[in-house]
Parts: sequence; structure tokens; C-alpha cells
Amino acid sequence: MSPFIHSVLALLILGAALPADAAIKVLATTADWGALATELGGDRVNVYIATSALQDVHRVDAKPSLVARARTADLLIATGADLEIGWLPILVQESGNRRIQPGSPGYFEAASQVKLLEAPTRLDRSLGDIHPQGNPHIQLDPHNIAAVAKALTARLIALDPAQGQYYAQRGKDFDARWEQAIQRWESKAAALKQVPVVVMHRDQIYLCQWLGLKELAAIEPKPGVPPSAGHLSQLVNALSTSPPRMILLNAYNDPKAARWLSERIQAPVVILPFSVGGSPEAKDLFGLLDDTLNKLLAVPK
Amino acid sequence: MRSFMPVAALAALTSAILPSPGNAADEIATLRAEFETLKIEYADRVTALEARIEELESASAGKADSGSPPRNLVDGQNSPSDPQIAGAQEAPPSTSRSTASAFNPAISLILGGTFVNTSEDPRSWRLSGFTPSDGEVGPGERSFNLDESELAVSANVDPYFTGTMIAALSAEDEIEVEEAYVRTLALPSGFTAKAGRFFSGLGYLNEVHRHAWDFIDQPFAYQVFFGGQYTQNGVQVKWLAPTDLFIELGAESGNGETFPATRRNATNGGTFFVHFGGDLGDSTSWRAGASYMDVRAADRAYEDSNQFGSLVVDSFTGKSRTWAVDAVLKWSPYGDLARRQLKVQGEYMHRREDGQLAFDVEALNLSDAYRSEQSGWYLQTVFQFLPRWRVGLRYDALDSGSPNVGLVSSGQLPPDAFPLLRSSNPERISLMFDWNPSEFSRLRAQYDWDDARAEGDRDRIFRLQYIFGIGAHGAHKY
Repeated sequence: MSPFIHSVLALLILGAALPADAAIKVLATTADWGALATELGGDRVNVYIATSALQDVHRVDAKPSLVARARTADLLIATGADLEIGWLPILVQESGNRRIQPGSPGYFEAASQVKLLEAPTRLDRSLGDIHPQGNPHIQLDPHNIAAVAKALTARLIALDPAQGQYYAQRGKDFDARWEQAIQRWESKAAALKQVPVVVMHRDQIYLCQWLGLKELAAIEPKPGVPPSAGHLSQLVNALSTSPPRMILLNAYNDPKAARWLSERIQAPVVILPFSVGGSPEAKDLFGLLDDTLNKLLAVPK
Repeated sequence: MRSFMPVAALAALTSAILPSPGNAADEIATLRAEFETLKIEYADRVTALEARIEELESASAGKADSGSPPRNLVDGQNSPSDPQIAGAQEAPPSTSRSTASAFNPAISLILGGTFVNTSEDPRSWRLSGFTPSDGEVGPGERSFNLDESELAVSANVDPYFTGTMIAALSAEDEIEVEEAYVRTLALPSGFTAKAGRFFSGLGYLNEVHRHAWDFIDQPFAYQVFFGGQYTQNGVQVKWLAPTDLFIELGAESGNGETFPATRRNATNGGTFFVHFGGDLGDSTSWRAGASYMDVRAADRAYEDSNQFGSLVVDSFTGKSRTWAVDAVLKWSPYGDLARRQLKVQGEYMHRREDGQLAFDVEALNLSDAYRSEQSGWYLQTVFQFLPRWRVGLRYDALDSGSPNVGLVSSGQLPPDAFPLLRSSNPERISLMFDWNPSEFSRLRAQYDWDDARAEGDRDRIFRLQYIFGIGAHGAHKY
């Protein structure tokens, strides 16, 4: 090989590898994965979050600012399970960044680290906006976060092996604090077992399952399909005899239908942060679940 | 319990295989000793297996053991970062797929149709002052029309390339390859290359597929300068700057098969573009760009009538250069598209053509210098005022300029030998209203006040359209 080709190859390889002292640039699709990356990576990661808790992550524009961030990212953290299918493929495609192509070490999917609920047995769009692999809104079950954290720690170590000890230590610390918090939350939330609730979209299912909340109905007749007047009055009929204790809503949801229902069945609407940043208290993952539980427990019996 | 089962089975097996023991006591003692050895050996093995099972179970619950990273790093095969392993641990889909079809590409199909009513005869529609671009122009025929059915097939080829084909099946039973290209996945430093047939990256709307347009048809400027959309048959290289501000540079070259170029016995010209983009706060995003296209046309023929009103074929040979600027601004509260969104976009295009214009190439075949400077622009806004409802307004304008036709200025032919080139300023106002029951369906109404023709009354056009998408979930560009 000629010296020229040698040096070109060396440059390409160097260009592709991570500079030893640079922080890992992380592009997280949601604030939850951004917060988790910050917990695990500390000051070794530089996190940019693509969406806010006030956005429906199903529907996001592949806007130029996000393409630019995808271009320089070393690690893309997505929820996966097709949650971001309407925009993330475009970001990855337009970024021209081979490090974050699906299947590369720089592409991480949170949903593939946990067991997804509600994997549909029938795939048909007449059933609404369903996800073939299962329900992707996994972040409100802290056991899922723990599983994702373990895998993400391993991924950070693989991307930046020189700092392996640092990530391993942070991962351990987080795991310990998180396990402790789970125990605190679970003892606190024992009173919520079998409490009947109505949800908006079926994205609180992991929360309901974790806490043992009894989901009586969803305001959306099918995932992603806004409720019609007919569906709402059916709900009123069905729920007036055995009303739920509360109606759960996410920060990004349009509250109109829930408020309408709330007035008729005498159950309060509880607006949950749903994602980090969805309420002033939900500053990080701990705050997210603290605030969620506080809001649920604040509802009188 | 588990550890006793194999031992019991072993005992049964031993007694079945071994011949019945003789009366020698030492033989029995030997057998007993052997049996004891086996028992211990198996107990050990079973314990080891149990430990292994436990390990596997915990590994699949939390994919990696964060406590022992060095082992994972050294042991490359078991590295948790290995995407093969990550893939293997995804929750299995409930629908099992046969191996033969597991690698089938993503397929989607767009079904569309229109109903058209016009106050003027659509057969007389033309953009006065401009040479016809023989593309998809005009309001379409009256009554019900089946639009192109757009079939898109795409998949990754290997770790380095991805392939896409989009075919348009027309109501005239023709199949047209709209796009068929391969694109790179793994070039370093922000480069992407494309080869094949694809919509050129110039302007803003050129790359947007029909089903994603905000109005039923393209703006006049696209219709007259590119016959709707400029298709490149060649290669494209794009580079994205590693900056927080979106800066994209692109260059293309091709065979010039489509208007305003013509196919010739060589590579034909090039297209260059630059795009910038970013955010203004949480709710607003923008993109702006500039493009330049430099191509040649050779014997680009079109029909016109001569000064006596009979049809003749004229043709242009020369350089055709177009530059364009575009800008898009989108606003939605906190970027939440689900409820409200406002989109404002505009483009300006300018084309200069320099060369020879031949008159009546089939009979007289007179030819002399020709030079034209023409421009066009549009400005449109679409507002999603409720989750499923949108309304849009568009203004279109063209300026044909006064072409310098050598055959006329030299006095060889009278000006009305080229009625199509008579100076004109077509314009149009379009009002759009659509309802989107889901991401995959759209029903639309559009009303146009259309002054494309220089003579006659203003055309009032009313159209209805449906667009439905089935199959793979598409992702749309900004």
C-alpha cells in the first residue's frame, strides 16, 4: 500500500474513533432517556434532547436542528418499538452519520431491553395506531428504567472503554439509589392497589401495571383515535354506576375530552408529568416518579 | 428437586444396562462406589447448569452486568454492545414470520384520486409566455380522475447501502419509475451519496412526493420550470456540516433526461444546493436554501402555432440556467404537532436560457439566436387549526419576460409566429381545506382562481381529492 493510502486510511479511522478526552455526544429522543444518560454518564456525556414532555412523541417534525444534532451524535438513544417511526428514520438518514445507524453501537433502543406489554396479536391499522412490538411507553415502570440503565451503562462502556470504570461506578450508584427509591415508591403506593382509573391513551399502562391500578377504560376508543361524542357518552353511561377514582392525563394531552368526562362522572382529572419535564417537580427520573405518585396519592378516596 | 431427577434416572438406567450382580460382595461394593462417584459428578453438573440458567435469566432481565464490565469488554463475543445480541434480546414479535419473508423490504402504497370541475375548458389550459415543460401540468381533466398509485419499496442492501424504488402506476395503465436509487449508509464525515433516479434536492418542494403536498398540485413555478418536479438520473453527493446550525451542501449531475435539459450523448450539467436551518425557541423551526442548476438542451422541441394558426414544431438548443431560493417556517405550540401547526413557505425561481431557437423544424427550419429571462414565485401558508383539520392559502405568480427571438428581431418572422412566447404574467390564488382522519388518510377540497391563460376569462377550478396510504409507516422529511 502506498504511504498516501496509508495516511488516508489512518485519517479515516482516526476520524471515526472517539477522541480520547471528548465527552460522548448523546441525542436522546425523549427527556427520560436524556435524564438517564445524564445520570449514568455524568460529565462524560453531552446530552441533547429531541423532544419535550409537552410533545406527542409519535408526531414530531424531523426538523433541521435535530438533523444537525444527529450529525454529530456519538450515541442515539431512542425508545424504539416504532414510537419514533414517523421521524427518527429521517433524522438518521439525513444525518449522514454512520455511527448512529440502527445496528451500530451508537444506536440504542430502550424498549428492546424490557418486556413490552400489549404486543398485538392482530396487526391491522383499523385498530388504530398500534405498535407491532408492543406498547412503547415504558418509562413509568421503574423496573423498566432499571433494566434500561443496566444496558445503557454497558453501552457507554463499550463506546468509551477508557472511562469504563467511571461508567461502571456511576451505573452501580444509580442502580443502588434507584432500587432504594423503588422500595420507597412501592411502600408509599400500596394504597393505590386496585384503585379504579380511566386513562387517556393507553400510554399509562406500565404505570397501572406497576402500581396495580385498575384501568376501567381509555378515553381514546383506539390508540391515536380521538374520542367521538358517541364514545364519550357511552363512557359516561358505563362509568356512572362505578366511577373511577380519577382520570389520568398526560402533560401533552389535550385536556378537553377528559374535563368533559370528569364533570359528568364526578371524578377528578389528574395531570401526570408522563415524562421528565412534564411538571416543574419532574426535573429528573426520580422527580418524575415522585411527582407522579404524589399526584396520584393526593386524590381523596 | 431438580438435582435428584437425573440421579434417579441414572440409577434406573444403570440397573437396566448392567447384568444382574453376582453374589460376590466386592463386586457390589465396587458398583456402589462407582455409583456414588457418578452421583456426585452429576450433582455437580446439575448445579453448574442451574447456575448457568440463573445467569442467563438475569442477563435477559437486565441485559448486562454492570458490575463486571472488564469481562464483557475482553470477551468480545458476549459484549452487551454487540447489536446482534441486542437484537436477539428484543421481545419476540407475536406474529411469527417465515424465514423466507423475514427480509422482505418495507412496502407502502398510496392510493389517490380527484374530482375536477373547471369553468374553462381544461384542454385550453396553458401557462402563457412559457415553452411547455411537457410534465404534469394543469388542473387535470374534468370529472373523476384516478391519480397515480404510488408504490414504494425500500430496504437496506447491506451495512453500506440502502435501496428505494418508487413506482407510479398511472390511470393510463402505465408504470413510471419515479425514483429508483441506492444511497450510502456508512460514508464518514457526514457525507451521503445517492445514485440512480431520484428527485433533485434543489428548492424545497422538489423532493416532496405528491401525497405529501399541501395542495393538490405543484406551484406554477415548478410546473413551468421543471414540469412539476426535476428528476435527476445520475448521482448526488450531500455533506452535512458538524455544526449545531443545520448546514447542508449538495451537488448532483446526471444525464439530463428531463425538462429543461435534454438527453445528449454525454453527462449533462449539474445542480448545486445549500440548505440552512434551525430553531427559534421551542415552538418555531425554519429552513432556508439556495439552489443553482446549469444544464444544456439540444433540440428541445415543443408545439406552437405559426402566424397563420397552424401547428408547427419549434425547438430550442442552448444553455438553461436556473437559480432558486426557498424558505420554510413552521410554528406549533411547544413543537406539539398534534394540536395546532402553522406552516409558511415560499420559493423564488429564475431561469435564463441562451441559445438558438428553430422555427418549424419539420418544414421551414429557420434558426437564430434566442435569449429569455423568466421568473416565478409562490407563497403559501397552511394552518392546522384543530387536530385533524387544515386550511391553506397559496399565491402563485410568473413573469415570462420578453424573450429576445433573433428570427423576429431580424425581421425574418413576425412576432405572432411565436404566440406561446408572447409576454405574459400568469397568476393564481388557491384555497385549500383538508380533513385528516388519521396519519394515513386525507380528504381535501381546493378552489383556484387561475389566470394561467393570457386570453379569455379567469378559470375557476374546484377539485376534491383523496389520499390514502397503506403498508409500511412512512417518515416524512421536514
